[in-house]
Amino acid sequence: MKNNTIIIIVISFFIFVFLIFYKGLNNSNIYKPSDSENKIVPKFSAYSFFENKLINSENIFNQKKFYLLNIWASWCLPCRDEHPFIMSLKGTNKLEIIGLNYKDNDKNAKKFINDYGNPYSKILLDKDGTRAIEWGAYGVPETFLIFENQIIKRYVGPLNSDSILEIKILIK
Amino acid sequence: MKTAKFILLIFLIFSFHSVKADETDLQNKITKNLRCLICQGQSVYDSDSDFAISLKLVVKNKIKDGLSEKEIYAFLTEKYGEWILYDPKFNKNTYILWFLPLLIFLFGGAIVFKKLINIK
Repeated sequence: MKNNTIIIIVISFFIFVFLIFYKGLNNSNIYKPSDSENKIVPKFSAYSFFENKLINSENIFNQKKFYLLNIWASWCLPCRDEHPFIMSLKGTNKLEIIGLNYKDNDKNAKKFINDYGNPYSKILLDKDGTRAIEWGAYGVPETFLIFENQIIKRYVGPLNSDSILEIKILIK
Repeated sequence: MKTAKFILLIFLIFSFHSVKADETDLQNKITKNLRCLICQGQSVYDSDSDFAISLKLVVKNKIKDGLSEKEIYAFLTEKYGEWILYDPKFNKNTYILWFLPLLIFLFGGAIVFKKLINIK
């Protein structure tokens, strides 16, 4: 009787451990941020790319319209792929596109803008990558759609035709 | 007077050095508990990826700004979620994680204790 109880306890313990590990197999161990999070736009200051003037974020996202913040770099190949899609949003009513140039070389960044076009109304500099961290970003490219000081949609990785369509629907 | 000034200067130099050392220790302690999100199985402290280098700088700046260890964790958890911390917080999702080893230890201890009493 006593032996049976011990066997049952041991078996149930192993089944319990097995189930936990089995469930764990299905969990991804790669970080995935949630793509729609109503977070407030972080406060930060950064130098502007062309004027080299210190700008405060509170003076950027302060109007009643949509803002698209795109983190990009000239060395980032996926940024090159998504650039035509961002260009297609240029001039869209009620949308202002802001660029955050991430850990880049000024000369290369200027060449990138000259070669592929400038969809941004403002480009901010993030030489050491700390501003991107304020946004909760962990790589390039990343894009945030902002309305009334809140991040309403986040795109990790390059934008594509589907995401552009989604942005157009969201800002209608 | 000159000697007093000299001693004061030496004292100040050494005290600044110790403040700096404390800051570096705290920075290392915090970054060792942060998961590098783009490199598998490495802490921010161990990694030399772009993301980890920037995060180390952010932690350093926050310490300089006077934020405590807890406040820095809270800031980063708000940005990246609990996943960024190696040491999970004690909440309803982690009760089993924290208590199971203790329960198993008590259960095993009780068995050993009972056996010892029986032997006596």
